[in-house]
Amino acid sequence: MTTNSIGPKVLDIDCAAEVARISEWMVDAVSKLNRRGVIIALSGGVDSSVCGALAVKALGPKKVFGLLLPEHDSSSTSAERGTEVAEQLGIEYRLEHIGPTLEAIGCYRWRDDAIRNVFPDYGAGWKNKIIIAGGARGGVNFFKLVVENPAGERFEKRLPIREYLQIVAATNFKQRIRKTSEYFHADRLNYAVIGTPNRLEYDQGFFVKHGDGSADIKPIAHLYKTQVYALARHLGLPESVCNSTPTTDTYSLSQGQDEFYFALPYQQMDVALWAHNHQVTPADLAPALGLTVEEAAHIYADIEAKRRGTHYLHARPVLPEAVGEIHV
Amino acid sequence: MTDNIKATVRAYIAENFIMRGDGSEIAETDSFMEKHLDSTGFLELVTFLEETYGIAVDDEEMLPENLDSLNNVDAYVRRKLAA
Repeated sequence: MTTNSIGPKVLDIDCAAEVARISEWMVDAVSKLNRRGVIIALSGGVDSSVCGALAVKALGPKKVFGLLLPEHDSSSTSAERGTEVAEQLGIEYRLEHIGPTLEAIGCYRWRDDAIRNVFPDYGAGWKNKIIIAGGARGGVNFFKLVVENPAGERFEKRLPIREYLQIVAATNFKQRIRKTSEYFHADRLNYAVIGTPNRLEYDQGFFVKHGDGSADIKPIAHLYKTQVYALARHLGLPESVCNSTPTTDTYSLSQGQDEFYFALPYQQMDVALWAHNHQVTPADLAPALGLTVEEAAHIYADIEAKRRGTHYLHARPVLPEAVGEIHV
Repeated sequence: MTDNIKATVRAYIAENFIMRGDGSEIAETDSFMEKHLDSTGFLELVTFLEETYGIAVDDEEMLPENLDSLNNVDAYVRRKLAA
């Protein structure tokens, strides 16, 4: 591998062949799970849209049930784009606003209590988000809380550990309540639940355990985000989906996935992860991404740190000894 | 208190991360990152240092050379206390 050959081209795939391969696999997987179809929660983003389209290719629209599950902090475009995708795919779907459930369970209250420990004036009309810092420049990853008052003034502070954990724990209610709803409909219809992580998210642990990380099948967990966008265009999904910017759609201030979790925008992060997986040295990666060799080495170190830090998210429940009769 | 920063941090890591023993297996140059602490663990360590020694760890100081071994923590805390 020469330096010149490293770049977005390494992620090129034969989209038609990949769609055929995943479709065949999905029919097999759903059949082996003894389910009759699949549930797909449509966020309006590219990952869930592609998974929905792949499910329709594999199983036909009558065996795919869509869910739109917005909450109070969701962008108004999420449900609109999700609806557009469901309509285009010709699947039955249902919109369930989970805001009242999240209120009842204390999601917003727990989160706001923690925010007020850092910014005592935080209250009605304020917005918030968390951003990551440190790892991409060789430091220890840490998180900053950004709040915006109703006048549009922004304030930023490093999050102490207790407040960070409480805000994340509270917002994780969102993914877990969504998954609860998905499994209600899956049980009701005897369907399997689709999980929508792409490779970057799956590898780097960008998901909530028993939230969006929980699923029966994960059709695009082996594909880099760039490849998922390629499939979206190949599958003819709406322009609004094919051109969407990845966001968390979890915090009330607009928040890119790269500022919340990943060290770089996904186009660069994909190439960095591919390069790391293919033993490309930092010196060879650096010019491809316009980074210094030191910065490229920091990105590799950050990839490894996130793998170590999120191992727990992938782990099955641990038993004192294996139960030999049960094969999973 | 500053005489035994390494012992204090070793005991903290043994109790909270290894969860058994006295931490004697942690060599003074061992990387916490490689053996005992994930990124959340470092945030916990920083809070522990701030509360135990009354220091404020600045964002720019969240670096392995300050935090990623007993020797590094010891030198860093001593510098902060002397400042």
